[in-house]
Amino acid sequence: MTDAPTPLLEVDEVSVRFGAVQALERVSLEIRRGEIVAIIGPNGAGKTTLLNVVSGFYHPSEGRLRFEGSDRTHLRPYDVAALGVARTFQNVALFKGMSVLDNVMTGRLLKMRGSFLLEALHWGPARRQELEHRAFVERIIDFLEIEAIRKAPAGKLPYGLQKRVELARALAAEPKLLLLDEPMAGMNVEEKEDMCRFILGVNDEFGTTIALIEHDMSVVMDISHRVIALDYGRKIADGRPDEVRADQGVIDAYLGVAHA
Amino acid sequence: MLDPALDTFPKIALANAQRFAGRTAIREKDLGIWQSYTWSEYVEQARLIALGLAALGFTRGDKTAVVGDNRPALYWAMLATQSLGGVPVPLYQDSIEKELEFIVDHAGARFAVVEDQEQVDKMLHVRAQCPGLEYVIYDDPRGLRHYSEPCLLSLQELQERGRKFAQDNPDHFEREVARGQAEDTAVIAYTSGTTGQPKGAMLSHRNLIATAKSAVARERLTEAEEVMAYLPMAWIGDHMFSFSQSMVAGFTTNCPESAATVLADLKEIGPTYFFAPPRIWENILTSVMIRVEDSAWPKRRLVHFFLDLARRMERCRLAHRPIALRDRLLAPLGRLLVWGPLRDNLGMSRIRIAYTAGEAIGPELFEFYRSLGINVKQLYGMTESSALICIQADGDVKLDTVGPPLPGVEVRVSPSGEVLYRSPGVFQGYYKNPQATAETLEGEWVHSGDAGFFDKDGHLKIIDRARDVGRLASGTIFAPKYLENKLKFSTYVKEAVCVGDARPYVAALLNIDLVSVGNWAERRGLAYTSYTDLAQKPEVYELIRQEVVRVNRSLREDDTLRGAQIRRFLLLHKELDPDDQEITRTRKVRRGFISQKYAPLIEALYGEGDSVQVEAQVTYEDGRTATVRAAVRLSDAETFADAGGTSA
Repeated sequence: MTDAPTPLLEVDEVSVRFGAVQALERVSLEIRRGEIVAIIGPNGAGKTTLLNVVSGFYHPSEGRLRFEGSDRTHLRPYDVAALGVARTFQNVALFKGMSVLDNVMTGRLLKMRGSFLLEALHWGPARRQELEHRAFVERIIDFLEIEAIRKAPAGKLPYGLQKRVELARALAAEPKLLLLDEPMAGMNVEEKEDMCRFILGVNDEFGTTIALIEHDMSVVMDISHRVIALDYGRKIADGRPDEVRADQGVIDAYLGVAHA
Repeated sequence: MLDPALDTFPKIALANAQRFAGRTAIREKDLGIWQSYTWSEYVEQARLIALGLAALGFTRGDKTAVVGDNRPALYWAMLATQSLGGVPVPLYQDSIEKELEFIVDHAGARFAVVEDQEQVDKMLHVRAQCPGLEYVIYDDPRGLRHYSEPCLLSLQELQERGRKFAQDNPDHFEREVARGQAEDTAVIAYTSGTTGQPKGAMLSHRNLIATAKSAVARERLTEAEEVMAYLPMAWIGDHMFSFSQSMVAGFTTNCPESAATVLADLKEIGPTYFFAPPRIWENILTSVMIRVEDSAWPKRRLVHFFLDLARRMERCRLAHRPIALRDRLLAPLGRLLVWGPLRDNLGMSRIRIAYTAGEAIGPELFEFYRSLGINVKQLYGMTESSALICIQADGDVKLDTVGPPLPGVEVRVSPSGEVLYRSPGVFQGYYKNPQATAETLEGEWVHSGDAGFFDKDGHLKIIDRARDVGRLASGTIFAPKYLENKLKFSTYVKEAVCVGDARPYVAALLNIDLVSVGNWAERRGLAYTSYTDLAQKPEVYELIRQEVVRVNRSLREDDTLRGAQIRRFLLLHKELDPDDQEITRTRKVRRGFISQKYAPLIEALYGEGDSVQVEAQVTYEDGRTATVRAAVRLSDAETFADAGGTSA
């Protein structure tokens, strides 16, 4: 990318251990501004762990993380979110009893300023602020084409739509980096196509950098600029989609060649 | 007859900007909020679009193709085109490229104003075949940032160019509007056409204004009406209600957020004036009844009790019979507990006038809405008559008529039984198609192509398309649509095609309704994989056979049609689809096409045997085709000689 020489995110020699299990081993990678990066790998390769490290749920045992050039290895999820990282989850994690609109509005919480009292009274600046946030949220609702379910309780929606609502909530935080953990899992072909369209659209329209974990290789090949492959906690490939697909190490990892 | 200062829509719009300056002309739900535009804003937007078009070289007589969901910007584009002496050509937004291509080419459109990326993509393909299309202008820029075609520009850019153009030509817009005349063509409406290629009906400003005025006066519409613009802009009905009448009466047109949100938007707007074809009335009813069936039983019982009461009362009213005293005493309670809340829930509590048209409406459906106190009436019209011919009067409503002619409209029935009419709304002819014009226009009289007659109260009753009315080999009159409508009143039957002209008996090709038959199958634990599979289950055949027998039984009362009962039927292996040209986009059956395409099936219906092999081409939305093979069963149905007895 031409606009900034520093990558958005640098992961430098990061290792994570849970007891005796080595979930990540000296993984280094960088995510540049404006790109869509897919993280692939067989089950247990450490993909979700990597996402959890980036979003501050786990802290690396060794190694460092830099976001926009400054060190932030030991931040907590709340602080990471404030820096501009938003995510969706492998299993949908919405507030099931709340409406779609309210769910997406919670994505704006970090952007809301003002005292508890003013908010409670819904008066003055608090009211103005709510209107601004609502206007922004409505842009996202329009963008993801979920107008018709705006007032529906999130828990009652079909799975594919819940995933889309989760994406909407993540987008509401206006993230610089959007982490998607298996955004297409459990979807039918049509829903997958829609989701691809939305991911490409988000990247194009809002300029959001996206890192996603995905198993469907055709999706990965179609939408990502770059693919990073993990296996047993190690990075085994990093490059253009066609390069990674042709990589012998990646093929072996997926076909299950015995490990020494 | 028309005031020369108000004889075109642009002139009326300019007057509205004075008369109703602060009133809302059009509203659109965008980003979750209703955005309103006053009449002065309406005209200002159209003015900038017109000036932008002028800057691109628009000259009088040029055509603008308009494609998209109902959006204020598209209505402005139509007014802008008319202001410059051009002709807007609204097109169906779900048309595939080939259909768009035919019309853009036939109309010779130099400009296209479209809604979004989807339509831009189609238009760019169309343009490759029709180089006469010079500019494609879009409203919603989403997804179009990387498009670099020089013919493409956004509505905003267009209006910006309009502003610049106005600096050098400050009175261009007003001068062009003043040059407009009542006889200028105001719109070319391409009819979906049940046979052959679409025909472009040219309607003048005089046609539309005179018709709109007559209906506005007759129905006492004022500037306070709220109407919902949710049916395709290419359809003359929307043009009449959301554009012509809105201009003439000055009332507000509301554009829903998206096709999926219409019911919710209806509730928020609470229209006072509403149009829906029978299938939409039915969808609304279904969505309500599903919620009723899901509620707790005391509630459910209460709702059913009062809905039955309402229906009983409405039947008495329609038949001009007195209502039982007990019912009359219970009515206020029903209004308080069920009818009022239900109407409110449907967004229909403010409706003064509602119409149904296009197809015959099921008796149950019609009674349901009327019994809730919603003033649903039937109307009759067609593109060639500027949408309106007959409207039922308030308080004089019947189930199976379309009412008396509007003031200014004359209707007579030809000796062969065809309905002819003459009115100020009669079109100028089909664009570039003098042959079709000559076939339809006889002097001032238009051949409607419908067969019908007047009943004793002066109401027109339409039974079928005139050319479709035939005779069985025995000489009995055979009106296929009449039978098909009766079949379609069943919730299990989605489409029906009856054949029988010059044949020994009537036979029917039916489509099951996948949703309701699917539900029925699920309730009885009947497993199925696809539409084709479900349609060929013996249990489903038995279900539908009972519906056919019901129709046959209802026919035995009727002396002229008794002989035309349905003796054999089959359930089609695929749904009739406009993409396969079997029905039009407005869901009218294309008989000629079907009788060719399904000739082997029809022959089998007149043969022995109880099943037939078929192969059919289907067209997907992206234009690809595939072949479906299936075995289709044939089934007999009882027919009735007269009251009581069974024959065959």
